[in-house]
Amino acid sequence: MDYSQFLVMKQEIGLLIVFLIVFLCDTFMSRRSQGAIGIISCIFFAAFTILGFIPPILNPGDAFSGMYNSAPVVINIKNILNVGVLIVMIQALRWADKDMVRVRRGEFYELLLVTLFGMYLMISARHFLLFVIGLETASLPLAAMVAFDKHRYESREAAVKYILTAVFSSAIFMMGLSFVYALAGTLYFDGIAMALWIDGVNVLLAVALAFVIAGIGFKLSLVPFHLWTADVYQGAPTPVTSYLSVISKGAAAFAFLVILWEVFGEAYPQIWEWMLYGLIILTITIGNLFAIRQKNMKRFLAFSSISQAGYIMLGIIAFNGMGLAALLFYILVYIFSNLAAFGVIGAIENASGKVWMDDYNGLYKTNPRLAFTMMLAMFSLAGIPPFAGFFSKFFIFTSAINQGSIAIYILVLIALINTIISLYYYLLVVKAMFIKQDECVIAPFKSACSERFALWICVAGILALGVVSCVYNHFLDISVA
Amino acid sequence: MDLTVIWYIVPSLIMFCCGIYGFITRKNMIAMLISLELMLNAVDINFVVFNRYLFPGQLEGMFFTLFAIAIAAAETALAIAIIINVYRWAKHIDASDITQMKH
Repeated sequence: MDYSQFLVMKQEIGLLIVFLIVFLCDTFMSRRSQGAIGIISCIFFAAFTILGFIPPILNPGDAFSGMYNSAPVVINIKNILNVGVLIVMIQALRWADKDMVRVRRGEFYELLLVTLFGMYLMISARHFLLFVIGLETASLPLAAMVAFDKHRYESREAAVKYILTAVFSSAIFMMGLSFVYALAGTLYFDGIAMALWIDGVNVLLAVALAFVIAGIGFKLSLVPFHLWTADVYQGAPTPVTSYLSVISKGAAAFAFLVILWEVFGEAYPQIWEWMLYGLIILTITIGNLFAIRQKNMKRFLAFSSISQAGYIMLGIIAFNGMGLAALLFYILVYIFSNLAAFGVIGAIENASGKVWMDDYNGLYKTNPRLAFTMMLAMFSLAGIPPFAGFFSKFFIFTSAINQGSIAIYILVLIALINTIISLYYYLLVVKAMFIKQDECVIAPFKSACSERFALWICVAGILALGVVSCVYNHFLDISVA
Repeated sequence: MDLTVIWYIVPSLIMFCCGIYGFITRKNMIAMLISLELMLNAVDINFVVFNRYLFPGQLEGMFFTLFAIAIAAAETALAIAIIINVYRWAKHIDASDITQMKH
């Protein structure tokens, strides 16, 4: 066996090293110096993230006879996820210092890194065995993270709902895989694609694909499979919710794209174009309509993230290089905007324990900076022009329209109408903060320096990404090539 | 009488459907977990049978099953830990009463 092929997995190895450092610090540091654990993990992870951006260090290639792949696009999506995880880790510092969590904070960072490792495998896998292992490595520690606030009832309820639906969805996914295996006789992505190309499309393939799409649809919370989302987002600790909503969704979306394009590309016009078509319309519309009536901020963002997942799917249905670039850019922008929103929610929750939308009334008077950040995040999520969210939506719609059929035009039109609906509920938050008055306003408070730092990064991302065009051009170069 | 693939697929599909039915109708969370286990085991049977009968020259399905069993065990362990955590607070594991977050 040629051991040098492990060198292709530099990102995984780097992540493992960071994990081991955090784990050893957590195990062997004295109880008094445990407070530094969060900072230590943030520093090492930041170093790891920065190293990932230096081009000569990472070389694309295959390993293990094609089971593992690290193309330039894959390296880029991992870098994007790294940035998001770094922001989540910084945001979590304050929460991890609270009394009930303090003794276990090392575990939080370890679980976080392990789930990220699973997502790396999911993204890089070109064989379904490796993919399933990655999927489970990503979703099982997440269930433990959802249950992290052991003393809080909502956290337990959310964890039960999350673990049961996660197992249910992976059982459905693996059932689909078994039929794909029966058709193709192999689990390699390219082997299956070859077998489908020779045999053509048949009924069993349609059934198998329905199972596979349903299984990943649960992870991505597309609409008929979204029922766990709101409860889990509301019940989980806020840093975990933000992690679930951006990182795990981004990784699953990219893996979904790879599976549909590389494995089932042959079945695009006959089968999954129409399945996705229905899913996208349902996801965007129902996500939007339910978001309107939410009163809890975390539930509200849960439904908003459901409809955002529908927009991300537009990049997949486009089925061209531009769609891939637009999907990467959308995930990047979505990470910054959503983490800004969750950062503000987390800061307010840490300071005052309030998470309802009515509590935000008059926030501008007492905490103008937080209110302003929240407003930027909402504008970016809604897609108002100067901010990054507008450009990400613009690119993803353009890529879908480039696909060219009349049906896709109608789909994009529906998505556009939904953007306008979403504007209404995003502005409800802005209205509560700036216009509404209330007697019991949240008192002025000073957020922790870590929270402010994370919010500054997010705001910089929201403002800069819309203007700096080289980011999108870079994605376009690597994904068309 | 020869045993063909169909003699294995039909029971495994029945098992899978029973699993889905049980997962939806059962209120006891341990019973829901058992139903999930049924579904996962149906998948394992499928992989082994497809491998044995359709592609006897290779072992990919068998290996997948081995890993799937390990994964299922990990899932069950974690799910039971979480259910115990709920039980400590609520003194029951009835899923229809674990519904405080609805709106």
